[in-house]
Amino acid sequence: MRNIFAIFKKEFRSYFNSPIAYIFITAFLVFSGWLFFRGFFLIGEATMRPFFSILPWEFLFFVPAVTMRMWAEEKKLGTIELLMTFPLNDYEIVIGKFLAAFLFLTITVLLTFPFPLTLFYLNKPDIGPIIGGYLGALLMGAAYLSIGLFISSLTENQIVAFIVSIFTCFALFIIGEQIVLTALPSWLAPIFSFLGLGYHFESIGRGVIDSRDLIYYISVIIFFLFLNIRSVESRKWR
Amino acid sequence: MITVTNLTKRYGPTLAVDNISFEVKKGEILGFLGPNGAGKSTTMRILTCYMPPDEGKATVDGLDTIEDSLKVREKIGYLPENTPLYYDMWVIDYLKFVAEIRKIPPAKIKARIREIAHLCGLDKELSKSIGQLSKGYRQRVGLAQTLIHNPDVLILDEPTTGLDPNQIIEIRSLIKEIGREKTVILCSHILPEVQATCNRIIIIKDGKIVGSGTPEELAAQAQGGEEIVYITINGPQDKIQEQLNALEGVQSCCLLGSENGSYRFEVKSKQGVDVREALFRLVVANNWSLTELMRTHITLEDVFKQLTTEEN
Repeated sequence: MRNIFAIFKKEFRSYFNSPIAYIFITAFLVFSGWLFFRGFFLIGEATMRPFFSILPWEFLFFVPAVTMRMWAEEKKLGTIELLMTFPLNDYEIVIGKFLAAFLFLTITVLLTFPFPLTLFYLNKPDIGPIIGGYLGALLMGAAYLSIGLFISSLTENQIVAFIVSIFTCFALFIIGEQIVLTALPSWLAPIFSFLGLGYHFESIGRGVIDSRDLIYYISVIIFFLFLNIRSVESRKWR
Repeated sequence: MITVTNLTKRYGPTLAVDNISFEVKKGEILGFLGPNGAGKSTTMRILTCYMPPDEGKATVDGLDTIEDSLKVREKIGYLPENTPLYYDMWVIDYLKFVAEIRKIPPAKIKARIREIAHLCGLDKELSKSIGQLSKGYRQRVGLAQTLIHNPDVLILDEPTTGLDPNQIIEIRSLIKEIGREKTVILCSHILPEVQATCNRIIIIKDGKIVGSGTPEELAAQAQGGEEIVYITINGPQDKIQEQLNALEGVQSCCLLGSENGSYRFEVKSKQGVDVREALFRLVVANNWSLTELMRTHITLEDVFKQLTTEEN
């Protein structure tokens, strides 16, 4: 536990040691704020649905930026050799890094609190979908993070990590989209729709928290963290 | 303390380390010498549990690097090649991070950092970002990292690259001082450095050990035990040459040149024989005059060159 916490602290602090954190948070808030308020005044409805429906697409570009450097930079600087020769288990490093990225993303997402506050100030919105939306956003963000973290461990180039992560998340997202589903044989469609990252987000976003959705996201996260541990271990394969 | 037996490591088809075995005792500073790409860093990576060997085994304090990997890593302080560091971290945060990972009790971390910073000459740099530091100070941060948990074994891969001569001397004396109670392996291709700090040297080439021993032993091994003495004598040439050849202990002698009736010879002596005194007596007995008498020392450089450039 102490080891995970030490890695977590180091990684979390490293966001704020460079301008990355501030640029990231500002860009995210400006971008999502503009999308939110634009829809808000057009529709004139006290709902956060426009905000949450665009979030998976926003995350597609923002989340890989959070994870792209986490392994790639260690490899580039050579600090991975230090990290891997410290008395730490590989899984402790992976989990520590993931938790740091997750806390950072959570803070960023929660900084959008003025949007729901505006709604409450102006009207009486339904609170269920808002809480569900945030929970779904965090779960989906965490799934993207674990994918991005895994991909970062495959390369020493941050840009490669960034682009491949976007692409992988995109692929996992669109397999559940209607356009793809209609092109599939009818027996495959429900499976793909279930595997798609977006389907469960919509489901949670309705304010109904179903254990299947939670289990789905948690499985995705654990699966990619597991791949991550394996890829870090791969240097030891003979 | 450290035992390596029949270690082999391949990177694809290239053989990086080829069946090497050696041992390092407690309190010893072992110099690990070799040209670039000889397999030094690979051996260090295996010892520090970064990667496993393909064949053979390495143990530190009786613990296997694969089976007891975590315990081995606890015992080792490792400074990898090129001193990798997190450039965006502050020195003090970095040392705190390492101290936490090295399981130093939280209450003692502050005191320990102060102590180690003082030892490595980092007192004034603690609240600077590592990226701002000059190369020499970064090297010290790296060294502080390896020492913070007071490890039994220190493995330093080219610890003085990029330092200025004063810093090199400082770091060397630091290593020497630390090395008294610890086991140190120092990788380098800088010969004077190894000569100045190490009690024992292993020379490695193409993944194989080509020489090992104290610097003196290596020198003896390299020249096959014979010694070379340069002597310049003022006297009759034929007679001198004849007498020199007849002298006991002399293997061969040849004339190098002459100047104003003085003749300069290169005298090779038999293994382990110091002929200087005999030469002097010979000159005195014949009433010649002696203007030069010099024994050459084979330097580590010669040994290194000889051992690592030989064609097999």
